[in-house]
Amino acid sequence: LLQAKYKERGTVLAEDQLAQMSKQLDMFKTNLEEFASKHKQEIRKNPEFRVQFQDMCATIGVDPLASGKGFWSEMLGVGDFYYELGVQIIEVCLALKHRNGGLITLEELHQQVLKGRGKFAQDVSQDDLLRAIKKLKVLGNGFGIIPVGGTYLIQSVPAELNMDHTVVLQLAEKKGYVTVSEIRSSLKWEPERAKQVLEHLLKEGMAWLDMQAAGEPQYWLPALFTELYSQEITPEEAKEAIP
Amino acid sequence: VKFDSGVLLLSTHRLIWRDQKNHECCIAIPLSQVVFIEEQAAGIGKSAKIVVHLHPASSNKEPGPFQSSKYSYIKLSFKEHGQIEFYRRLSEEITQRRWESMPTGQTIQVNKDQQAGRIRAVGIVGIERKLEEKRKETDKNISEAFEDLSKLMEKAKEMVELSKSIANKIKEKQGDITEDETIRFKSYLLSMGIANPVTRETYGSGTHYHMQLAKQLAGILQIPLEERGGIMSLTEVYCLVNRARGLELLSPEDLVNACKMLESLKLPLRLRIFDSGVMVIELQSHNEEEMVASALETVSEKGSLTADEFAKLVGMSVLLAKERLLLAEKMGHLCRDDSVEGLRFYPNLFLTQS
Repeated sequence: LLQAKYKERGTVLAEDQLAQMSKQLDMFKTNLEEFASKHKQEIRKNPEFRVQFQDMCATIGVDPLASGKGFWSEMLGVGDFYYELGVQIIEVCLALKHRNGGLITLEELHQQVLKGRGKFAQDVSQDDLLRAIKKLKVLGNGFGIIPVGGTYLIQSVPAELNMDHTVVLQLAEKKGYVTVSEIRSSLKWEPERAKQVLEHLLKEGMAWLDMQAAGEPQYWLPALFTELYSQEITPEEAKEAIP
Repeated sequence: VKFDSGVLLLSTHRLIWRDQKNHECCIAIPLSQVVFIEEQAAGIGKSAKIVVHLHPASSNKEPGPFQSSKYSYIKLSFKEHGQIEFYRRLSEEITQRRWESMPTGQTIQVNKDQQAGRIRAVGIVGIERKLEEKRKETDKNISEAFEDLSKLMEKAKEMVELSKSIANKIKEKQGDITEDETIRFKSYLLSMGIANPVTRETYGSGTHYHMQLAKQLAGILQIPLEERGGIMSLTEVYCLVNRARGLELLSPEDLVNACKMLESLKLPLRLRIFDSGVMVIELQSHNEEEMVASALETVSEKGSLTADEFAKLVGMSVLLAKERLLLAEKMGHLCRDDSVEGLRFYPNLFLTQS
């Protein structure tokens, strides 16, 4: 009998707390509505403020972008902004994949996304792109962010890139290409290891081989040299992007 | 001044504008001439701008589009985009003042300006004061926003603490908390964007919202799936659904959590995850293993195929084509030839001819 009483009490406590949470939730919703009415525009227009907002949320353990049904998304409109950006990022990456093997610099991605958004759309920053990409990973599409030389390479195909591959990409970023000798002198690797990594990148279409270079063959990353020319996405490529 | 439609370039020494149509037309201004820059936000019918306030021109300045101007500033109008990043970079360059330490090919008259600059600084002071006031005003708005934001976050933090304490109770009382209460709790977490402290997933599956969403998806995706041979990657689904919605878009997690419930709700679609991690939605009636048989035929006809070639032949996305070929390989029907020229699949003669 005593045990049963304890059990009962236990459930009542949880019920109490749930009821309390429900009440606090309603109050929070009101606070958020007030905040939104005063500062919604600020979030929309000010990318630095967005960064602050996101960082503060992360610090307390809240993810404002987790669900479109969350309060943050509904009331501040942050959700739609990032989820739509996600769609645009996917489209650009798909369209350009055959050129660069699924690797693109953050700069080029930024440029192409801005072009696609049109004249009257709201401006987006590189930080916005990175946050949108982080959310896309959960779709199992191989989206990844690789830090290289002060910026980032965005991967958009489910190709396995381990630390070795990443380090070679970083090395290649400086000039747009890398050679076996450079890898050996900078990273102190055996030639076999260097060759394996480079071959993997070739197979994935992320690197192109220039056998006619003076000296030794050069492995170029199309992700890096297309940025210099910033070519338009052709109609054929755009069709590829919308399945 | 009418300089329309061009490309703006920033170097460590200069700001350069080049006409997009007439590449010969190119004007530049040394960064050393810049006093201040400020942003002007876009509005209805107005594009975002950067206003660049300049020192008065030195008497020996190089020829430009105009000999003189009554304005001491220029406005850069960003009709399309790029204002935010450009402003950031331009501010950086102006702060760093790298042109002072780096030599260039051209002679830039820096020293001679100093005296002239000081005498004519009076006009500048007025501008500086106005900018300062404006900045204080903006700063006030921002700091108010930050203050409000901080207060809001304090309250949000309380919610997080409360949810942790409830989660602990639930853990202690495995089975004594009703399913109904669990669902309620999960929906509260969903609203706040708090990860489920019990399961560590962001509220995993099981909220009513995701159940509803799963049913909606089953309705929306039936025809698109049929049109695409019964299978679509989750990325394709994300784009399709959100483009159709226009507003109140789904987050990637919303989509995944809804799809995880498809099978248990006995809906005519299901979520499948390949070894590579690629996630797809299939019609229940779709049998990928059967498709492998027809894939084998296609590859045999052609002798060998890469994922790209197969995709083009069959009219599939390269991603899904590759998965099908990999599955066929896993099942023993195909062999791979992995070279720097790419991954090519051949019928597995070891199997058929043994």
